[in-house]
Amino acid sequence: MSMLELRKVSKVYGLGATEVRALQDVTLEVAPGSMVAVMGPSGSGKSTLLTIAGSLEEPTSGQVLVAGHDLATMSRNDKARLRRRSIGYVFQDFNLLPGLTAAENVALPLELDGVSARKAREAGLRALTDLGLADRASNYPDQLSGGERQRVAIARAVVGDRHLLLADEPSGALDSENGEAVMRMIHTACKRGVAAVVVTHDAQLASWADRVVFIRDGRIVDQTMPVPGPESLLGQDR
Amino acid sequence: MSIRHALLALLSEGPKYGLRLREEFEAGTGEVWPLNIGQVYTTLQRLERDGLIESDDEDEQDSPQKRFRITAEGERELADWLRTPPDMSSPPRDELVIKVLVALLVPGTDVREVIQAHRRYLVELMQQWTRIKDADAGRDLALGLAVDAELFRLDAVVRWLDAADGRIKRAAVEPPRAARDDLPRLKRKTGVTR
Repeated sequence: MSMLELRKVSKVYGLGATEVRALQDVTLEVAPGSMVAVMGPSGSGKSTLLTIAGSLEEPTSGQVLVAGHDLATMSRNDKARLRRRSIGYVFQDFNLLPGLTAAENVALPLELDGVSARKAREAGLRALTDLGLADRASNYPDQLSGGERQRVAIARAVVGDRHLLLADEPSGALDSENGEAVMRMIHTACKRGVAAVVVTHDAQLASWADRVVFIRDGRIVDQTMPVPGPESLLGQDR
Repeated sequence: MSIRHALLALLSEGPKYGLRLREEFEAGTGEVWPLNIGQVYTTLQRLERDGLIESDDEDEQDSPQKRFRITAEGERELADWLRTPPDMSSPPRDELVIKVLVALLVPGTDVREVIQAHRRYLVELMQQWTRIKDADAGRDLALGLAVDAELFRLDAVVRWLDAADGRIKRAAVEPPRAARDDLPRLKRKTGVTR
């Protein structure tokens, strides 16, 4: 079963002369454990795709399924619960709370969902450890570098049982080394079973994905073929 | 890849036997550039002839057990080579640029679709390089640097395609004005000559 499925999703803003077709007939499946990058220029609809996939916005037509559940058939409360428990978001500007340590930031979504403070803290530490950030657990955001802050934001997005990670230009403001660290981390989360959709205009970051889909004027126009093994590039004449 | 200077670099660490040079030569290039190993021995002979390296043993010509060391002249040559920029002026013909420019001339061709075919191919290549980088996990510094060089080079081409895509889209909405006569014409080659 796909972790995320978009079936012929369209989104239209405005009416008549001011009508903007942000997405047109977008169909996309993301399996558990795989990373899909959505590449396109600004205004191509890639961020709209992400907000609709994350149930932050409703499509004008088409279906969105998260872990097999059709969002259109869910109540507001059910959708809110799904967002809290199954979906993690990562944005360009980290969105960490300054008064909380890295571990507390990561544990926060679980506490808000009613998990006891102790259990939430344990899960938070586990997520940080899994992603190689255990030594930063008690640091406050202003004691972390930009790259570390974004990695804490990724730990927060996958803490607990969240299996769908949605990232919008997650390394937009970072240099290439930190950008790579962020992508490596999302890649690691995927190896543990998380399904990820990463929206980016950067080909180097997109190249971490198992599949890259290209979006233009609200439509998916193309996608990459499965990646062959490294032997195709190394030692060609041996 | 200059085999000559790679061998000088390996010998700058200390004297080495021919066989070991061959092994280190293969390992040191991050296995990214396929190399003809037969050339290693001919290059060693030439370096010795030019006085840039010398060997212990005059009797056993071309033996893999012959030990070589770098001379003072060889060290100077190596230092000079490291600091001399290679020719980075643009190639006389860039095939991808030409294909996109030609696509503009062919009636009924969707140039943006042509651009996308190239973009997809480049991103697929980048995915393969990134897999190699991921599998290595930072253990082999030479490999990491060589893979980054490929990724940045391919990334630059993708960015050019993105810019071309945007330019062509805008040109379709607002056709470019006629060229001014007083501006110098773009010649066949725009690169800086050295």
